[in-house]
Formats: sequence, structure tokens, C-alpha cells
Amino acid sequence: MSSTYLEVRGLKAAYGDIQVLHGIDFSVDEGQIAVILGANGAGKTTTLRALCAMVSTEGSVRLGGEELAGQSTADIVRRGVAHVPQGRGTFPDLSVEENLMAGAFVRTDADVRADIEQWYETFPVLGERRTQTAGSLSGGEQQMLAIARALMLRPSLLLLDEPSLGLAPMITRALFEQLTAINEEAGTTMLVVEQNAALALRVANQAYVLEAGEMALSGPADELAADDNVRRAYLGY
Amino acid sequence: MVVLASVLGVFDISLDKLSNGELWLAQFFRGLSDGATYASVALALVMIYKSTGFINFAQGSLALLGVYLAYIFSVEQGLPVALAVVCAMVASAVVAAFIERVFIRPFPPDHVLPLVIVTLGLLLIIDSAVGIVWGFRTRSLPSMFPSGAPIEWGIAQLTWRTIGNLGTVFTVVGLLYLLLSRTKVGLAFRAVSSNLESARLVGIRVGPTLGFGWALAAAIGTLGGALVVPDLLLEPSIMLRVLIFSLAAAALGGLDSMVGAVIGGLVVGLARNLLVTFLDLSELALATAVAVILVVLLVRPTGLFGSTRVERV
Ligand SMILES: Nc1ncnc2c1ncn2[C@@H]1O[C@H](COP(=O)(O)OP(=O)(O)OP(=O)(O)O)[C@@H](O)[C@H]1O
Ligand SMILES: [Mg+2]
Repeated sequence: MSSTYLEVRGLKAAYGDIQVLHGIDFSVDEGQIAVILGANGAGKTTTLRALCAMVSTEGSVRLGGEELAGQSTADIVRRGVAHVPQGRGTFPDLSVEENLMAGAFVRTDADVRADIEQWYETFPVLGERRTQTAGSLSGGEQQMLAIARALMLRPSLLLLDEPSLGLAPMITRALFEQLTAINEEAGTTMLVVEQNAALALRVANQAYVLEAGEMALSGPADELAADDNVRRAYLGY
Repeated sequence: MVVLASVLGVFDISLDKLSNGELWLAQFFRGLSDGATYASVALALVMIYKSTGFINFAQGSLALLGVYLAYIFSVEQGLPVALAVVCAMVASAVVAAFIERVFIRPFPPDHVLPLVIVTLGLLLIIDSAVGIVWGFRTRSLPSMFPSGAPIEWGIAQLTWRTIGNLGTVFTVVGLLYLLLSRTKVGLAFRAVSSNLESARLVGIRVGPTLGFGWALAAAIGTLGGALVVPDLLLEPSIMLRVLIFSLAAAALGGLDSMVGAVIGGLVVGLARNLLVTFLDLSELALATAVAVILVVLLVRPTGLFGSTRVERV
């Protein structure tokens, strides 16, 4: 039995006067992968941003028992939360290598260099382009860089907002295999928002469905994958 | 020929002047010297523009304050000029960091217009505060560099001051390059400039990083002021003129390119001196600078060296 690592209670979020999340509850067990599904505009991105204090929020977010609410983004990152935002998650004017160094910005240990080399091995295309600016990479390559950049933190919780965006199907599958491997080897807990619901439900342990800022469904990923409503709405058969 | 003669007439161009090689050379050196000072202030403008996406119109005023402090430290307190300038750079950096913290940081960094208005307000406040505290009489600040010229051809002199101004600017650019490319705070600064949101997400404290940029830019601006003022006289409106030429330099070089700021500064310095000397345009020199800004923004908004990325304006 694994213990709860991320526990969210009554999370609300708003952009100015526009309330987007209306008090949602969910949790992710330690070392597991959870997926959030939902239609466009349901509030998936906002949920991930709320966990990092990137939007004004109310409610409780506990990470390993510790309350994150009220802390700044910079402090939450120092607790080991890495976030791959939807779309542009790189520093376009910095070189590939500097992007990875920036990912390790809060680390003080001596293994940063070794980690960079490791990600060059995992994503050889990044190694070949280490001196190129990130802005000159293709969309898919930038997405790989954004993920490698987030992993440079050696996060205990990795938030991924549509990691497959712009990636070819084959690369997407390879990416999810990679994420599963990292999850198994490093025990990194992951919370993934993904449009490719079939693939996401296959790798995830837990699944949530967000509808208009409310949590509509939750359960083990394989059970949700078998749910008729989920199948029709997100799996398309 | 008639047209040419009448053009020459309108501008009061004398062929004697135009064929005077020594005069050309003399103005070339003077232009480089002025250009170096514009380049310093332009560098400061570019640093803020790169990181925040707006032009800090108070940059000249911070430099003005710095130069007055340099005057106090050197002429009134008796410090050697170079040391006085370094102290003034530190002091203006502290003031700029304070101003950034109090007047700039409360505003969301991605809404440019309120910030621009705040910097315009700061310009007026600082300039008048300087006027109230130190009065409007002119003073002279000695140069950091010895007088005289090691190289002379008739009236064309390559003075120590010109050499010093150029050397200072290139040293500043070199140090700035090392700071930005080799240090952690430099990485943070460039990361914030490149993508604010991702910079937050890797744990960079954006506010202090931008405050650091303000402090550094103010120090560089003050140094630029200390280079330019010995050629003119110190009075409260002096940096406003320098600011306009520096804006032209920054626009010409591309608002987000440091190399562009230096080259733009030198070009504007040269152009100004040649125009003033050979076309007798001294009254129009400022207008010419404004014209440069407008033409660049119309014809090639990214300037000579600016990046073509226009996502953040
Ligand atoms: N910066 C913002 N300012 C105002 N409203 C916003 C902002 N960002 C998002 N919203 C609103 O919040 C709601 C939820 O947006 P969010 O980006 O969280 O949706 P999402 O589930 O991630 O959608 P998608 O699948 O399209 O990425 C939307 O109605 C959107 O219009
Ligand atoms: Mg989204």
C-alpha cells in the first residue's frame, strides 16, 4: 500500500473575477502516476498552475504532509515540484545546455553536469544541439527539452501539461515509456494532463475527470478506462 | 550643379570644411568619444528592455543622480575622481534597487504600459529632486582620465579621454558578457528575460532578479554619465539630452541587443558630430536623434542587431 503524497482539498482558483476551479479534491499516491482528463477549458491547466502558486488560489495543497498553500512558486519548486507548462516551456533565447542548467537552478549538488549528460543520452537530439538556442529547435524537440529541463530539478513531483503536444505518435509513445521508466527508477510521483487519453490511462494508476472546474469522476485508471461515459467522451469508441 | 550649390547654400556647407581632412579626423575622434558615452547609457536601457520589455525612461535620471553623487564625492569630499565614480555607481545601484522594489515590483511585470508611465513619473520626480537639492547652476565634474592627447595630427587629437571612454565602454561590455554568460545570477537574468513563466517554474525569484538588473543598469548608466559630463557641464537637465541620443542608439542597434547598443552608440556619436560640424546643425541635433528613432521604428523595428522575436513588446 502506498501513502498519499499529494493531497488537494477544496482547491479554488480564479483569474481576476473569473472563478475557474470551484473547490476540487484529489490526491496522488507516492510514486504513482495520475492523469487528469477533461474537455478544453475544463480547468486542467489551471489546476496544475494552482499547485505551483502561478494563479491565485484558495484551499489546501499538501505535499508529503506539508502545506504548500501560501508559499511562493520559488519555494514550491525548492520542495521538489517541477512543472512542464502547456506549450512554450523552454527559454527560447538560451542554448539547449543553458536551458538544462536553468532547470537545475535551485540545486546545489555536484551532479548537475552528470545529469545533463544523462539527458543527452536519453534525448540524443538535444545532445547534438546543445549549443543551439532552444528557439531554433522544432516544436517536438522543444517539448523534449521542456521535459528534460523539468527533470533536471530531480523532482519528487512532476507536473506535465499535455506533454505529447506537437509530438509525433511514435515519439509520444517513446516519451510515455520514458516517463514510466523514470517513475519506476526514481520513484518520481507524476500528475499528467493529456489529450491522448488512451495512452495516458494505460500508463497511469489513478485518473480524474474535470468538468467545468469540478471533479466529475475519479478512480483507478483501468476502471475509468472501462467506464462508458469516459470511453465515449475521451476515448472515442 | 545648381541644385548641389543651393543644397550647400541652404545648409551653409563650406567646401573648405568638407575638404579639410584633419577636421574630419578630429570629428571622427570626438564622435567616437561621445558615442562611447551614449553606448553606456544605451546599454543600461537595453538591459532593462531585454528583461522587462519596456524602456526605462528614468534611466537618464538615475544616471543624473549618480553623476551628482560623483561630483559630491570627488569635488566636495576630495576623493580621486575614479574612486568617486565607483562609489557613485554603487550608490545609484542601491537607489535603483530601492526604486525597483517600491515603485516597479508592485505592478505585474507583463503589463508594460503602467510601468512605462511609472518610469516617466520617476524621470520627472528625480530630475526635479536633483534640481531642488543641488540647484540649477552649472558645475564641472573633472574627467577620470588625464587631459592631453598622446596622438595628434594638427587639430585632430586622439585624447586620453577618448581612449578612456572607448576603453571603459568595451571593458563594461566584456564584464557584462562574462557576468551574464558565466554566472548563476546572469543565467537567472537571461532566463527571466527569455521566458518569465518558465523562469518562475525553475525556482528563480523573479523580483530580486529584475531588481538586480535595475541596480546593474543604474551603475552602468552612472558610469556613462561620468564619461559624458566632463565634456559638458553638470546641470539637472543634462542627462535628458544624453538619454535621447542613447535612445536613438538603442533603437538603431535593436532594443534588445547589447552589441547593438554599443555599435548604435558609436554610430550616433559619429553621425551627430559630423552633422553638427559639416551641416551646422547644432540646433537640430536633438531633432535628428528623434528622427533616427522614428525612422528605425518605421523601417526596421528590430534595429540592426535586434532579435526578430516580437512575442513580448
Ligand atoms: N490567464 C487567464 N485569464 C483569464 N482566464 C483564463 C486564463 N487562463 C485560463 N482562463 C480561463 O480558465 C478556464 C480554464 O482554462 P484552462 O487553461 O485551465 O483549461 P484547460 O482545461 O487546460 O483547457 P485546454 O485543454 O484547452 O488546455 C477557461 O475558461 C479559460 O478561458
Ligand atoms: Mg490546458
